[in-house]
Amino acid sequence: MKSILKFVTAIGAAALALPAAAALNVFACEPEWGALVQELAGDKASVYSATTAMQDPHRIEARPSLIARVRSAGLLICTGAELEVGWLPLLLTQAGNARIQPGSPGYFEASGFVARLDVPSVVDRSRGDIHPGGNPHIQTDPRNIARVAEALVPRLAQLDPANAEAYRARGKAFLERWRSAIERWERQAAPLKGMTIVEYHKAFVYLDAWLGLKEVGTLEPIPGIPPTPSHLAELVEAMRRSPAKAIVYSTYNDSRAAAFLSERTKIPAVMLPFTVGGTDKAKDLFGYFDDILGRLLGSAR
Amino acid sequence: MSRARLTALAVAAVMGLSQSAFAVSDQDLKELREQIRELKEQYQKRIEALEQRLRQTEQAAGKAQATAGKAEEAAVQAAVQASSRPAAENALNPGISLVLNGVYSNLSLDPAGFRINGFVPTMGESGPPVRGLSLGESELAFAANVDPHFRGTLIASVSPDNSGAQIEEGFIQTLSLSNGFTLKAGRFFSGVGYQNQVHAHAWDFADAPLASKVFLGNQLAEDGIGLKWIAPTDLYLDVGLELGRGRKFPGGPDGGRNKNGFGSSVLFAHVGGDIGSGTAWQAGISYLSTSPRDRRFEDRDATGTSVTNSVSGRSRLWVLDGVVKWAPNRNPTITNIKLQGEYFRRREDGDLTYDTLAQSLGTQTGGFASRQSGWYLQGVYQFVPARRVGYRYDRLDSGTTDLGLVASGALAAAEFPILGAYNPTRHTVMTDWSPSEFSRIRLQFARDRSRLGAVDNQVLLQYIMSLGAHGAHRF
Repeated sequence: MKSILKFVTAIGAAALALPAAAALNVFACEPEWGALVQELAGDKASVYSATTAMQDPHRIEARPSLIARVRSAGLLICTGAELEVGWLPLLLTQAGNARIQPGSPGYFEASGFVARLDVPSVVDRSRGDIHPGGNPHIQTDPRNIARVAEALVPRLAQLDPANAEAYRARGKAFLERWRSAIERWERQAAPLKGMTIVEYHKAFVYLDAWLGLKEVGTLEPIPGIPPTPSHLAELVEAMRRSPAKAIVYSTYNDSRAAAFLSERTKIPAVMLPFTVGGTDKAKDLFGYFDDILGRLLGSAR
Repeated sequence: MSRARLTALAVAAVMGLSQSAFAVSDQDLKELREQIRELKEQYQKRIEALEQRLRQTEQAAGKAQATAGKAEEAAVQAAVQASSRPAAENALNPGISLVLNGVYSNLSLDPAGFRINGFVPTMGESGPPVRGLSLGESELAFAANVDPHFRGTLIASVSPDNSGAQIEEGFIQTLSLSNGFTLKAGRFFSGVGYQNQVHAHAWDFADAPLASKVFLGNQLAEDGIGLKWIAPTDLYLDVGLELGRGRKFPGGPDGGRNKNGFGSSVLFAHVGGDIGSGTAWQAGISYLSTSPRDRRFEDRDATGTSVTNSVSGRSRLWVLDGVVKWAPNRNPTITNIKLQGEYFRRREDGDLTYDTLAQSLGTQTGGFASRQSGWYLQGVYQFVPARRVGYRYDRLDSGTTDLGLVASGALAAAEFPILGAYNPTRHTVMTDWSPSEFSRIRLQFARDRSRLGAVDNQVLLQYIMSLGAHGAHRF
């Protein structure tokens, strides 16, 4: 009986003490921001990523384990621009945590620090699940990652002043490595300029803008609506007249529509990791862009 | 310079001077000198002016360089701002959303005669919709953060007939309590069980489970306060307490008792977590306790007269609930499965008054005690994007109902036909199609044995559409 009591007390103490012991509990809505915090904070932060590259970030359920993680987070970092509108508000109101409410230093919206593309002039759901704040998939341009990193370093320093110097030093080192990587990627990607692609969802507009890719169609008839047979038939027709160089889809998309179009038009279908963790090679931010370029260059050859 | 050349130059100069000495006077020379001096001064001034301008230009150029350095930064900033939403007067309006729904129903039994035999009727509406085409309740929701400390939500349901608008939920909740605490005040769907907190438009079937109908009056919303605490653990754990007015079944009378303090209380606890890479689960236990006074219900006694009876006493309800959701890689967009079930168990003790309005055999009061239970289990499977099928099984057990008036021989059990022992069951199948996140069209078929000795075959064709602010999906 005594030993059982001891055991229960020990478990209880461990459960209560553990989350408090870590320096900074970070709740990242998407893996790219989790990976970025990891780069900037190293072991100073314990990072939990709410989603994976296998999930559609628009369609996440506010499941109990996410509420539990937000409850003890000291920093919440999300894309914003209405990407998480279907689930994040529920996490924020359910978790009983004032530190990460919008407006607090613990609430960080990455899209607020970059120039957003595709800001719609007409906001109407007949155009699909559009985002009034612009296209939220900003992580596909490494220059955006740099801008977010620049804003995130001071925020980390503010939230955890004891380690402020470490964040600044790591931030400086990361940005140096990142900028030289961008130069390397831009050299590598020179042959991709002007390449025409069909995308599943408008998920890569920032990548297109960075590398000069030209999107000439999407498998979704309008954003957020799964491909329909009639729309696919139209695409097949259009691709026969003027074929694109590649059909691009991402890890969480249904690959069947891309395969269908590829088979009928002989245009190669290329799966790109949507974010960090989407493929074996994309295990961090550097690997993520290495893999995207590798896959695009592979298909262009 | 050689001496010979120097001499030649000197000679030439003397000759020249002597010649001009003849032509110009001393006065002329003076004027000339003066003119030259003036000319020199003018040039000096011009040069100074030019130098001044040069210095200014240089300064400006320096400034320009500094500005150019900031220009790129400014351009990025401008683009960031330009891509943000324009600030308008209505930018701070609350998020507004509207849910429209309508139904076509084909029922083999008259919905006006709907009852669930074996159970005390629940004051509110719980039957199927009217036959034919009808507009369902339209739901209008407003929600926004009030300030850093509070959030407010109002959800009104507008009835298609003359009963007007009702406040379904209207509450404020704290945002800044921290340490896992959230306090709610106002009218809100009680945290008892699982489905009770889910709005009807997000249900997986067109109607509520039979158990929700008989134990919670379809859906329980109290006027009250609620405190919830979430444990600081990775495994989700919450406990909560709600204190309410007791305005609805199983409290009573309808609208609540005329008394200070609280008329109902709910205690609940949930645990939840993830299993593997695709499963999420939640289980809960809740306890609802109320003390109804003069909670009325209609029945038709053995003489065929419509009578109003009432119950006063204590009502205690236990609910166990569980939900499991699975989707490959937690990506529910292509396929997913959801299983959900709840078990209800209720004890009621007190007095039952027969024929309160003395319309039949006269008002009489006796003891009342009942032990009843019920459950349902349902599964929904999305087999391709946008298309789902589902099945639900409902079962109620009327258990035991002891009536003092019957035991003492004052009245026959037949005077209380609706309380006679009966175990209602229902099978429901449905299929729905959701062209987008915001629209759903559902076809549902149910074989409902709620009424003693009769089967109601119900076909419902329903649409549910959401407009406006993007709603957040509860687990």
